[in-house]
Amino acid sequence: MLSPPTTCYLLLLQAHRSQRGFFEFPNHGSPQAKGDKTNGSDFGYVGIDAILEQMRRKAMKQGFEFNIMVVGQSGLGKSTLMNTLFKSKVSRKSVQPNPEERIPKTIEIKSISHDIEEKGVRMKLTVIDTPGFGDQINNENCWQPIMKFINDQYEAYLQEEINIDRKKRIPDSRVHCCIYFIPPTGHCLRPLDVEFMRRLSKVVNIVPVIAKADTLTLEERDYFKQTIREELRANGIDVYPQKEFDEDAEDRMINDKIREMIPFAVVGSDQEYQVNGKRILGRKTKWGTIEVENIAHCEFAYLRDLLIRTHMQNIKDITGSIHYETYRVRRLNESNGHFTPHPSDHPLWRNLCNCYPMQMFWFFFFKLPTK
Amino acid sequence: AAEMRIAKMEGEGARAVPLAGHVGFDSMPDQLVNKSVNHGFCFNILCVGETGLGKSTLMDTLFNTKFEGEPTQHNQPGVTLKSNTYELQESNVRLKLTVVNTVGFGDQINKEDSYKSIVEFIDAQFEAYLQEELKIKRTLHSYHDTRIHACLYFIAPTGHSLKSLDLVTMKKLDSKVNIIPIIAKSDAISKSELAKFKIKITSELVSNGVQIYQFPTDDESVAEINSTMNSHLPFAVVGSTEEVKIGNKMVKARQYPWGTVQVENENHCDFVKLREMLIRVNMEDLREQTHTRHYELYRRCKLEEMGFKDTDPDSKPFSLQETYEAKRNEFMGELQKKEEEMRQMFVQRVKEKEAELKEAEKELHEKFDRLKKLHQDEKKKLEEKKKSLDDELNTFKQKKTAAELLQNQAQQAGGSTTLKRDKERKK
Repeated sequence: MLSPPTTCYLLLLQAHRSQRGFFEFPNHGSPQAKGDKTNGSDFGYVGIDAILEQMRRKAMKQGFEFNIMVVGQSGLGKSTLMNTLFKSKVSRKSVQPNPEERIPKTIEIKSISHDIEEKGVRMKLTVIDTPGFGDQINNENCWQPIMKFINDQYEAYLQEEINIDRKKRIPDSRVHCCIYFIPPTGHCLRPLDVEFMRRLSKVVNIVPVIAKADTLTLEERDYFKQTIREELRANGIDVYPQKEFDEDAEDRMINDKIREMIPFAVVGSDQEYQVNGKRILGRKTKWGTIEVENIAHCEFAYLRDLLIRTHMQNIKDITGSIHYETYRVRRLNESNGHFTPHPSDHPLWRNLCNCYPMQMFWFFFFKLPTK
Repeated sequence: AAEMRIAKMEGEGARAVPLAGHVGFDSMPDQLVNKSVNHGFCFNILCVGETGLGKSTLMDTLFNTKFEGEPTQHNQPGVTLKSNTYELQESNVRLKLTVVNTVGFGDQINKEDSYKSIVEFIDAQFEAYLQEELKIKRTLHSYHDTRIHACLYFIAPTGHSLKSLDLVTMKKLDSKVNIIPIIAKSDAISKSELAKFKIKITSELVSNGVQIYQFPTDDESVAEINSTMNSHLPFAVVGSTEEVKIGNKMVKARQYPWGTVQVENENHCDFVKLREMLIRVNMEDLREQTHTRHYELYRRCKLEEMGFKDTDPDSKPFSLQETYEAKRNEFMGELQKKEEEMRQMFVQRVKEKEAELKEAEKELHEKFDRLKKLHQDEKKKLEEKKKSLDDELNTFKQKKTAAELLQNQAQQAGGSTTLKRDKERKK
């Protein structure tokens, strides 16, 4: 009889947080920075740590951006899950109710943005929906429009970045996270799942989830997860959090725990029910009410914690400093087709053209229209 | 495969959506701060001022540590910039602090070019960042940012007005760095003189169009304190790392026979204000201004200088193409020219060497001929000598033969007589 991995994960996370000091209680600030500032009694205290408060202030003022993409066949509860995650009607369907509920004949990419705010923290959340994915009879290359969309966002960012006169804050439309919905078959990944994740995991952070997990018993669920993990491993698919990007031992410890739990088996709901005197989100069936945020019932809470409460910044960092940079390198090299070796990396070139303006030409070649 | 159609829906801007419960992204500032804490911070201060204004001491006082061992050597001509990096830590914050000092500033007889090395230094840091940013494979994440975030300009406490060197230098620096002017060693000025001095300095800066750093007033939590402090600029500071007992506490102070100047006493000097503004309230803003304003300006100017332009959206493909082609041709042309030059030089060298070798060959031949002739002459001479010697020998032989013949005949004829004669001789 397997027991779900319960509080140990959350507790570990808590311990980790306070160790790292980022889940300290609100307004922790730096006591001296707020207190006696002026009259020299804080002997020996310089005030360098006040920069943390300054950064926080700046972040609150600027707000945050987060772009999340959902991919999966129709009927897997993608919209509902998004609404549940962000506790509001953020999905496309909620914004643009489609009376016929038709499945599109081709894959469409539809993104919709929302301004949300919580305790003074403002966020521009963009949900990118991909209706039509996996719904055709022949699904060959159905990842292509999605790949293209993701790369187009990288391209847009790159173009802005190399402008002479560029914006103070480059608008970030890059896809930070792609949630891939696996149908709860209970057996193994389908070829479509493997193919999609294999290709996309190279350009974006993929978070696979088992959708509509309320149709699986706990044993079926664990077996399914294990099979999926093995298949991912066998196919060399690196989903978030990727092992190679663990920063230090602490990170690895936390992430290893997460990696042992993915894919999260989730249930979404935007209906509230009364359970034990409390109003909670759930799905009511004849045999009971599935509580979405109860970790004994499903792993929604873990997904929410990972995506939003603890690893959101990390997800964005990996997108920016790794996936985007990979795209950039490839793109810049592409446009240097005629010239090899690459001047900035080859010592011979460095010696040959002492004046770096030569070096910089390379970076502007790529402004050519794409082939 | 079916044709793919992508319909991207631009939301009509973003809609504001209320949340029905606690989502949890309010932890984002904490997540961000946490990441920065792990990564560490860096801050770079440039101290510009004449020799002896207490720049090093002020840095020591500000950061509560003794930075350098020995005082800087002042034996270089011109203005040199000396940069030192230190790792400081306070609670969980690690700071990589770089302090750059201008050595020899104001020491020269002719100070016209004093500002140049400072401007060059600041530009060099921007340049390094720009180059890193433009690399194909770059590591901006772990790049050690050396760009100057704050420039403390030390004004000598004359009590009268700014020196022309100060005005000129600050004017050259104001578009490149955040300038915070301070009156150094301000315990040399009385309070009333100080007030007048500050007003004079401020008005001179304004009338000369020098843009000094303004503490930001757009964020309401710090707007008030920042705008108050703005009116106290330039800060009159006193630095000291020595401690004096006042009452029952040890405080940083300078002790004179007539009294003690306490560094952290706001009635005595503006040191606390400086520390507050520079470190505790606006350090992040200083970093941000450096990156988004000064660096961007440098980058834009540099790129424009080299002929790059953002094209307007209408003519996008073509003029970009043209620029590209033009630059590429220019580059290829230069490359070819270089190659040609090298080849020419090579051919030339070969020719020269060939001629050299030919010359040498000729010389050798001549030498050989000469030697040969010499040899022949010698040989001839020798032969002649030999011949004459042979002749002599022959002559001698003939004579000898003849003489022998004669002797034989003589012997036969009067052989006895000789005997007789010999006998007689013996007697």
